[in-house]
Formats: sequence, structure tokens, C-alpha cells
Amino acid sequence: MSTLIIGATSRIALATARELASAGDRLYLVARDADALDRLARDLRTRGAQVDTAVHDVNDTASQDSMLETAWSTLGRVDTVLIAHGTLPDQAACERDIPRALAEFTTNAVAGLGLALDIANRLERQGEGTLAMITSVAGERGRQSNYLYGAAKAAVSRLLEGLAHRFSGSGVRVLDIRPGLVDTPMTANFPKGPLWASAEQVGGRIANLLQVGAEGVRYVPRRWFWIMLIIRSLPRALLHRTRL
Amino acid sequence: MTNGEFSGWGRYPRATGALVCPAAPDRVHSALQAAGDGDIIARGMGRSYGDSALAATMLDSGLLDHYIHFDPDTGVLDCEAGVSLDQILRLLVPQGWFPPVTPGTRFVTVGGAIAADVHGKNHHRDGCFSAHVPALELVLADGSSVCCSPRDNSDLFRATCGGMGLTGMITRATLQMRRIPSSVLRETVIRTTDLAQTLALFDEHHDAGYSVAWLDCLAPTGRLGRSLVMLGEHDDTTDVLDLHRVPRLRVPLDAPAGLLNRYTLRLFNALYYARGPGQPTTRRVHYGSFFYPLDAIREWNRLYGRRGFVQYQFVLPREAGMAGLTLVLERIARSGHGSFLSVLKALGPANDNHLSFPMEGYTLALDFRVEPALFALLDELDAIVHDHGGRIYLAKDARMQREYVHRGYPYLDVFREVRMRYGAHRRFHSHQSRRLGI
Ligand SMILES: Cc1cc2nc3c(=O)[nH]c(=O)nc-3n(C[C@H](O)[C@H](O)[C@H](O)COP(=O)(O)OP(=O)(O)OC[C@H]3O[C@@H](n4cnc5c(N)ncnc54)[C@H](O)[C@@H]3O)c2cc1C
Ligand SMILES: NC(=O)c1ccc[n+]([C@@H]2O[C@H](COP(=O)([O-])OP(=O)(O)OC[C@H]3O[C@@H](n4cnc5c(N)ncnc54)[C@H](OP(=O)(O)O)[C@@H]3O)[C@@H](O)[C@H]2O)c1
Repeated sequence: MSTLIIGATSRIALATARELASAGDRLYLVARDADALDRLARDLRTRGAQVDTAVHDVNDTASQDSMLETAWSTLGRVDTVLIAHGTLPDQAACERDIPRALAEFTTNAVAGLGLALDIANRLERQGEGTLAMITSVAGERGRQSNYLYGAAKAAVSRLLEGLAHRFSGSGVRVLDIRPGLVDTPMTANFPKGPLWASAEQVGGRIANLLQVGAEGVRYVPRRWFWIMLIIRSLPRALLHRTRL
Repeated sequence: MTNGEFSGWGRYPRATGALVCPAAPDRVHSALQAAGDGDIIARGMGRSYGDSALAATMLDSGLLDHYIHFDPDTGVLDCEAGVSLDQILRLLVPQGWFPPVTPGTRFVTVGGAIAADVHGKNHHRDGCFSAHVPALELVLADGSSVCCSPRDNSDLFRATCGGMGLTGMITRATLQMRRIPSSVLRETVIRTTDLAQTLALFDEHHDAGYSVAWLDCLAPTGRLGRSLVMLGEHDDTTDVLDLHRVPRLRVPLDAPAGLLNRYTLRLFNALYYARGPGQPTTRRVHYGSFFYPLDAIREWNRLYGRRGFVQYQFVLPREAGMAGLTLVLERIARSGHGSFLSVLKALGPANDNHLSFPMEGYTLALDFRVEPALFALLDELDAIVHDHGGRIYLAKDARMQREYVHRGYPYLDVFREVRMRYGAHRRFHSHQSRRLGI
């Protein structure tokens, strides 16, 4: 299997890539930090993958086309694309600093939408393949603690829902991966409890979803399906009484 | 960064501190700069039992878990210091390679294994972990990083292997793996009736690949030191290379304080001993159950209850072994404190590292539940051990008195000099090094 990973230095993407590497996959890794990318490539090569890399900032929309062009020409054919980049904005700071809020939204939503639309067209031309994106359970309800991030993830989820509709019945699959709480550098400052999963657990499950060609919406770990079922059905008045 | 309460594997003592996870080897220096003035120490998987990985700021190696290179022809592995032995086994067992030295758990990091200079069941033949580390990279107090090996910066190498994190943070290491014919071991179990017989068996089998004894520390008088001696060799009559299993069982909560009392311990020990074969028996076992029986149950340290436990591990020089071990075992028998697991092993010669624990002789490890009366007993044992020329393992220690570390570790002053030469004494301290005045 050949997999293109964007935001490859993310801890969840790394854990996923490690699983794919031990299956001997062909990987094309895209991230903005050249040193980190080099370090990652060595790790994955040691684990058995054939690896190519490209340095790219997802907000650099001007060079997006050439980045994807090179990825496609290097791999020849791309079975799976995983888009994993993201930032967790400081909600309170963004409420006071609107340009900052928009910049965060741009990274998490706009850059993701641009990539998804472009990649969707390429997969359509190829006739087959999977577009997988890591969104979040946070996109399912607007909550005071995290609604800016949630809004961005929701935008991506809606787009993926539409793409899935567009490609239904074709060989192109669309997968919306919604992790719950995961212990990664993104959440380093949060106190951890029993609901938290490790990046290895989540990455292992994502690799599995990619390998079996899953599509639609998937929660990782699975228990978040049930948790979100409850959270989505909480009446507004009740939700507003929580600190969620 | 996470602020919270931390402890070692024994869950005693506990201390508050900040855990910082540098994202890459080249970020360790900025983590040091950001840490402020308090004590700093590196931390791996927290499998040392006491307070050696506790400080105001702990630099966690969890994100330094990348491989750099593996050469399948020579078995040389380059990796970052936060890689665990568990990970290494997953990568290398299917290719027919194995860690040259492994402790009784695979949930340790390479950095932790170097810093404690760990020994395994093959110490009598293959020495400590550091004997298989051709080179390592260390970040010093000033944030600069240096390579050291037995040849280059050898003072730093000798101090860092066994140095319990007190010279700096290990970020990368080169390891020489060993070839294995299969993932199977041929294990021979021999039951002995007393200490003299047990020690004689270690002598007799000094050329065994692996050897260790499980000792019944609550045996009736006259049977003191009766054991099940276990010998092992990699099995070359098969070539299966199967990985170990992921543990399914977990201790879900802290056991009530009284679960492991003198009666249940006596019963467990007697049953375990009785389970041993009357005649020496050889069987084939997977490396997972041979090396890592305790890893089958996650969080087994909760069995000792909320107050935790202390692992007491000492070594006695060969000549003093019989006399010293007898005194220790008698003293424990009189105290009524029992140990769930007591592990005895013959060690080979000491190496040149300043603070490495092993010396030629016998090492015994005992687990004791923490209770107020325990500490006076352990102080008495310390006196016996050191009067016989022995020492205590720092990776297990949680409570030793200062005076003994000087008696047990004759090169402590050399170690201190190296620490001063590199400015480590002003930045790197653990609760243990403060307690012991290192
Ligand atoms: C069930 C069990 C069985 C064991 N069996 C054995 C055995 O047979 N033989 C044996 O020798 N030991 C044994 N041990 C002890 C264990 O191997 C050591 O304590 C080892 O150091 C633990 O590694 P860690 O990664 O958890 O390190 P930690 O416990 O987190 O740290 C231990 C020490 O290493 C230092 N350290 C950790 N990482 C670094 C780094 N990157 N750079 C510099 N310093 C660092 C810390 O500062 C601390 O002083 C056993 C422990 C358990 C729990
Ligand atoms: N952790 C959780 O609890 C959780 C829960 C639900 C969803 N998620 C989602 O999971 C995904 C992975 O996150 P993670 O938890 O693995 O966190 P992470 O390790 O912090 O990864 C985030 C990654 O995004 C990259 N990135 C940020 N801005 C970028 C840009 N402009 N261009 C290129 N790359 C950029 C970062 O690169 P740098 O290293 O260069 O900064 C980093 O590699 C994210 O989409 C996140 O929203 C996480």
C-alpha cells in the first residue's frame, strides 16, 4: 500500500505510520519541519517502510499543487491519503485576539478543505483510493471551552460528508476519523484521566481502518461513539450547565 | 508539561513535580533552559523502584522514541534513549536478534537501562548493559550535547553508565544486539533444600547462558535459602521467532493493605516452592515467560496497597556470600516481614563504571510492603550487608542512609569529580541523590 501523510510529524500520524511501516508500506511524508521529517523518515525506514519526504506548510496554498504533483509522480499511484495536521487554539486568547482566531481557523479548517478538495480530484482521476482526515469529536457540539477548534473540525467533517456523497458508488472512499482524548504533545498540559487513549492505541486503530479500506465516520477509540451519542443528545439547557 | 504527584515502581516515596517531555533530542537544551533553578533529572518509564527518577523537574524521554538505524548484518542498533526494550523486541525478535542484557521487565527505556547499568540473568557471562553500548550521546548541564564511549570522553561514559541520570540526559545510544536462533528458551528448574546447595548450584552452572534462583524467604529454619534454581539457554533446535504477547491482565485498583500479610506470603512461597519439580526438569518456554513473567500483569505494583512497597536489593562479595546471606535471611525470618518474591543471582566481576551495582558475588532482591516497622529492619540489614563488604542497588533504593552509599560505592568521589567537571552537580539531582548526598 502507498500512503501519503500530510502533517506527518503529528504524534497520532507517527503512530499510524509506524504500524504501516511494519507492514512494509510505501510512505510519502509531508510536514513543515525538515529536521523532524528527517528524524521520522529514519525511524520508519528502520521499521521496514520505503520512505520519501517533502517539506510543506499546509498554509502555503500557493505551493500545494506542486507538492501534491510531486507526491503523485513519486508514488505513481496513491492508495491512501491521511491528513493529520492540526493545532489546538488557546480558546480564551483567541476570544480577545481575532486575527489569531482566524489564523488558527485557517490552519485547521481552510488548509484542510483546500487539501481535501484537491486530493479528491486526483483520487477521482485515479479512479480509486481513500481520502482520510483526522477531525475530532470536538466538532460535534459547540462548547464554551473549545468552540473555535470545534467549528474548524466541524467544517472539515461537513466537507468530508459531502465528498463521500459525491463519490458514493465510485472507487473513491472518504473516511472521517474522530479521535476522542489522546495523550499527545497537543494535549501535553491537560490533566489525564481514564478516558484518555495513547497515540499508539489511536494510531494502531487508524492504521487498521486504512488497511481494511474503511469509509464513513469512525470514532477512535470506539467508545467515543457512545460518549458522543450521549453528548449530542444532551438538551441545550443541560449542556449549558456543564463546564464542557 | 504536567504537574502532579509521581513515584517510582514501588509507589514509595511519592513527590510532586513537573514532567516535561522534550519533543526531540535537539529540544532537550531548551527544556533545560525553561526549567528554572530547581533540581532536574531524566525519567524513563519509572521502573526504578524508589526516588531515583524524582525531582522538581523531570525530563521524560517518552517522545525520544525514534530508531535511527539498524544493521541486520552486524546487529548494531542506533536509537534514541526513550525507546523501550519492549519496542526493540518487537522490531528485532522477528529478525533473529535480542537485547544482549535485559532486566526482569521489558518496560524500561534504553536511557534507564544505561543509567542504572542494569544486569540480567546472564551477568555472570555477559556483564552489564553498558558492556554492549559502544557509544552514547548525552546532553550536559549547559545544554550542549557530547558523544561518549569507552574511548572518547571515557570519564563521562564511566560516570553516565550506572550514574542514575546525574551526569545529564542520555538522548541517543548505539547498542550491540545478540543473535538468537529462536524465540524459545530451554529452561531447567532445579529444586534445592538450603542455601549452601543453592550457592553450590550457581557455581556448578557458572557457564549456563542464564541463571537465577527464586528463593523461599519464609522457609522453616534449617531450610533457609531453599530455592528453585532456573537455568536457561536459547533453543537452537527450532527456528520459530514469535513475539511476546500484549498483557491482557491488569490489577484494576489498589489492593487492601492487608492482602499480602505474613500468612498469605508464607502460603504463596510454600506453594511456589512445592510446585518446583522433585527432579531437575527441562522444558521449552517462550522468552516472554522466561525473562518477563511479571509483565504478564499490568500494574501489579498495586498489589501492595496504597502505601506501596520497597524493593531491597543488595550484593555481597563471593567470599562473604554464605555468611552474609544467612544472617540476612535469619534476620528477616525473625522479623516476620515477608517478601512476595525473592530473587537470588550469582553476579560476575564488577566493571569500571563508577556507580555500577554488580560485583562478583551474590545479589538478593526482596519486596517488602511499606509499614512503619519496616525501616528499622532495613537499617539493620544495611549494616549486615555493608559489614560484609556489600552494597545496595540504587535503582531499587528508596530509603538508605547516607553513610552507606560511601561504604558501598568506593568510587563515589571519582563520580563526584566528573559531575563537577561538567557542571552536573548544579543542575542534575534526584530526590535520591539529595537524600544520599551524591
Ligand atoms: C519488574 C521489574 C524487574 C526488574 N528487574 C531488574 C533486573 O533484573 N536487573 C536490573 O538491573 N534492574 C531491574 N529492574 C530495575 C530497572 O531495570 C531499572 O530501574 C531501570 O533503570 C528502569 O528504567 P526506566 O526507563 O523505567 O528508568 P526510570 O526508572 O525512569 O529511571 C531510572 C534512572 O535512570 C535515569 N534515566 C532514565 N532515563 C534516562 C536518560 N534518558 N538519561 C539519563 N538518565 C536517565 C533516571 O534519572 C533514574 O536515575 C527491574 C524493575 C522492575 C519494575
Ligand atoms: N490529541 C488529541 O486529543 C486529539 C483529539 C482529537 C483530534 N485530534 C487531531 O489529531 C490530529 C493530530 O494531532 P496530534 O494529537 O497528533 O497532535 P500533534 O502531535 O501536536 O500534531 C499536530 C501536527 O500538526 C502539524 N501542523 C500544525 N500546523 C501546521 C502547518 N501549518 N503546516 C504543517 N503542519 C502543521 C504540527 O507540525 P509541527 O510539529 O511542525 O508543529 C504537528 O505535527 C490533529 O488534527 C488534531 O486536531 C487530536
